[in-house]
Amino acid sequence: MLEAVWLVPILPLAAAAVNGAVGRRLPKRAVSWIACGSVLASLVVATGATLELSELPAEARHFASRALGTWLSLGSVVEGRGPVEIAWEFALDPLSAVMALVVCGVGFLIHVYSVGYMAHEEGYSRFFAYMNLFMAMMLTLALADNLLVMFVGWEGVGLCSYLLIGFFYDRPFDERTGMSCADAGRKAFIVNRVGDLAFVIGILYLLATFGTLRFREVAEAVAHAPTGSDGLLVAIGLLLFAGACGKSAQIPLHVWLPDAMAGPTPVSALIHAATMVTAGVYMVTRMSGLYVRAPEAMAVVAAVGAATALFAAVMGTCATDVKKVLAYSTVSQLGYMFAGAGVGAFVAAIFHLMTHAFFKALLFLGAGSVIHGLGGEQDIRSMGGLRRKLPVTYGTFLVATLAIAGVFPFAGFFSKDEILAGAWAAGRRGLYLALLAGAGLTAFYMTRLLYLVFHGGFRGSDAKWAHAHEAPPVMTVPLVVLAALSAVGGFVGLPAFLTLGRDLDTFHRWLAPAVASAGGAHEGHGAGGAHGGGLEWLLAGAALGVGLAGIALAVRVYRESGLAERIAERAGTLYRMARNLFWVDELYEAAIVRPFYALSRLSGACDRYVVDGLVNGTGVAADVTGNLVKLFQTGYVRNYALLFLLGVAAILVYLVNA
Amino acid sequence: MVEPRLVLLVSAVLFGLGVAGVLLRRGAITILMGIELMLNAANLAFIVFARQLGHAEAQVYVFFVMTLAAAEAAVGLAIVIALFRLRETTDVDDVHLLRW
Amino acid sequence: MTLAFAILAVLAVASALVVITHRNPVICALALAFNLVAIAGFYLILDAQFVAMLQVIVYAGAIMVLILFVIMLLNLQAEARPRSSGVFQRWLAPLGTAAFVGLLARAIALEAPPAPGARPPGYGTAASVGQELFSRFYYPFEVVSLLLVVAMVGAVLLAKRRL
Repeated sequence: MLEAVWLVPILPLAAAAVNGAVGRRLPKRAVSWIACGSVLASLVVATGATLELSELPAEARHFASRALGTWLSLGSVVEGRGPVEIAWEFALDPLSAVMALVVCGVGFLIHVYSVGYMAHEEGYSRFFAYMNLFMAMMLTLALADNLLVMFVGWEGVGLCSYLLIGFFYDRPFDERTGMSCADAGRKAFIVNRVGDLAFVIGILYLLATFGTLRFREVAEAVAHAPTGSDGLLVAIGLLLFAGACGKSAQIPLHVWLPDAMAGPTPVSALIHAATMVTAGVYMVTRMSGLYVRAPEAMAVVAAVGAATALFAAVMGTCATDVKKVLAYSTVSQLGYMFAGAGVGAFVAAIFHLMTHAFFKALLFLGAGSVIHGLGGEQDIRSMGGLRRKLPVTYGTFLVATLAIAGVFPFAGFFSKDEILAGAWAAGRRGLYLALLAGAGLTAFYMTRLLYLVFHGGFRGSDAKWAHAHEAPPVMTVPLVVLAALSAVGGFVGLPAFLTLGRDLDTFHRWLAPAVASAGGAHEGHGAGGAHGGGLEWLLAGAALGVGLAGIALAVRVYRESGLAERIAERAGTLYRMARNLFWVDELYEAAIVRPFYALSRLSGACDRYVVDGLVNGTGVAADVTGNLVKLFQTGYVRNYALLFLLGVAAILVYLVNA
Repeated sequence: MVEPRLVLLVSAVLFGLGVAGVLLRRGAITILMGIELMLNAANLAFIVFARQLGHAEAQVYVFFVMTLAAAEAAVGLAIVIALFRLRETTDVDDVHLLRW
Repeated sequence: MTLAFAILAVLAVASALVVITHRNPVICALALAFNLVAIAGFYLILDAQFVAMLQVIVYAGAIMVLILFVIMLLNLQAEARPRSSGVFQRWLAPLGTAAFVGLLARAIALEAPPAPGARPPGYGTAASVGQELFSRFYYPFEVVSLLLVVAMVGAVLLAKRRL
């Protein structure tokens, strides 16, 4: 199975091709089977390959699959190194295995869910074609063995994100700004582009410095790089991270993710929660060897991550669209992952990536179920008390909320705690406090969301209440599966202090060989290198305490009707800042978008008047000249004779004077 | 013997008068007469140079010019007749249809 | 000799003027005939006797007669005043002509004519012309005769009432 690992990205690609080409003529059942089946097949292959991989000794767990052909063949780029060959190659190692399994697993569940969610929508086959294409691109990204192939996947998922956000291309999205779904898709693509530019420059820089883009070779080259080149490594690290900021919606390139909610909910679940947005974290972890040699870059990563985590959490507390709350939550949690990577806790970051995929996908799918049950309503101010009508959705949503809030023993507790411990162990107290505050806010706004949607009285119309119904099994079964994963998924990474010395941190053991460790092993609960057990308990307790406090506060505030509004009034400016998302969008609009439009209008005018004017001008000139010259054709013979004479006279003048 | 340049001057004047006749007269036949004047002026110049060079070659040229003038006059007059049959006029200003 | 030249010159120019100015086409034709004879006189002065005779016989004799025939045939009346086709023609024509003649005069004045070469005996006689004509210019001679045939045919065709 290991040799066939290249099938993992190819199978969904084939399915996408089929569904894209002939899907419209196939019955919906066939489309669903093809789409879900291909993802399931990839999952099976990936699982099998991972099992085979696990049988190899820990240090040798890297399997490079046969290359599917050479892409670029350059000469020698760096002196001393051979010619550069960039091929379509995939490789399976612990890190890419984790990523591939998460993507395939969660992806499969979401595909199944979509069968139910999109059942009544137009463009059914187009949707699944795009989804499969996305899976293929994401898996390319995850399994790539060199940076350029990863970049292909990177761009591919960006494309699919654009296609899927603007899936309902003719529907309006936001009345306040007049944005349509297509506009939202465009916004995502363009903002991503900004990051991608930096990413490409970073790749080129890397290629020019080390003459290779294969991850293993780069890691080796970096490890042996002379100390003088540290500045270069920092630069490369920052450039690559800029790309990650775009893709993973970190400040200041976070603006596209909330608007990406214009897409259908399964899209939000898959792309903007579980997989695509985590590509940035994955990439940074892959390049961990480079980052540990560039501590300044890591510091930036950690700072940006923590700042994003806190800011997004603040914005999430005031949002009123159920999907937008989850979007800010995603941005915030991604910030956590970057913060973890930035302090050297790469394994913790990936751990959180995995658990986040479980509960965030679940939250989105649950939200989708609510939206579906209410016939399209997304404003939480018009919801409430739905736990009676949508029991399964409520139950799973509750599990997910507890997980994200970091309540023991759900998955989120373990992964979040590891990141916090890592920040503390790295000596970054300020960072730690920011992350802790963010954790509290996370618990708060998620509980707020839960309460406002499922508890209390229904605030919508009676007709909506009557219509509200639970989702069909094809949608609820994936919810249950994800809930189970959110509940027990943390147990693969049990920290040492909890297991009383026994090393049950399977996840850490699995992943450690594949990532670099920063100098003094700042991994939160590094196997064997743990700090005093008492400190660990304290940190865990703090995280848990903050989470519970957040929950309690939210319940207290929202149980009493009107209290939230009064608090918002008292908070005044603070509330307005959060509600308006710190006016970042407006800033970009004024500083970047408007001048750009003006420039476009200018060049448009230039094209219309100058360029077209020139072209038309030649025509006009010919016309005018012709009209002038025709006046010589009078029809009178004597005029012609006169012209003869003048011509002869001219020749004579020439001859006489010559 | 007469100064050749004076004769050439006379030839030039006659030529000029011929040109004026072509440009200023309106009857087709009078235009043809102007053309004949021009031809004769040219012949005169030829003869002058023949005398200077002492060669009979130029006189042969004159011979040919005369022959051609005859042929051209015949054909030209035939055209005038044909035009007259069509238009009842020999005024060249009345035949100006081929214009813009 | 110069006197003869002067008289001939005056006569030639005067008759040319009549040709281009008189309204009655018959008078113009007769003036042209007079001019042609004057030219023949020039030829005589310049030792081109054969050509002078040819001039009288062919030009004044045949061509002028033809022209007169046609004038009579078409019963041409006196020509109306030259109504010019536009201001352009009225002024530019005489101006152009004058300029042209001026240019020619200047050209004539500038260049000295070639020095008079020796004239062989029998210069200007029919024999000497014939000598040239039938030796060096034999081919053009034949072509010209062909051309005359063509002109004849063309003239007849053009003037026919019905083809």
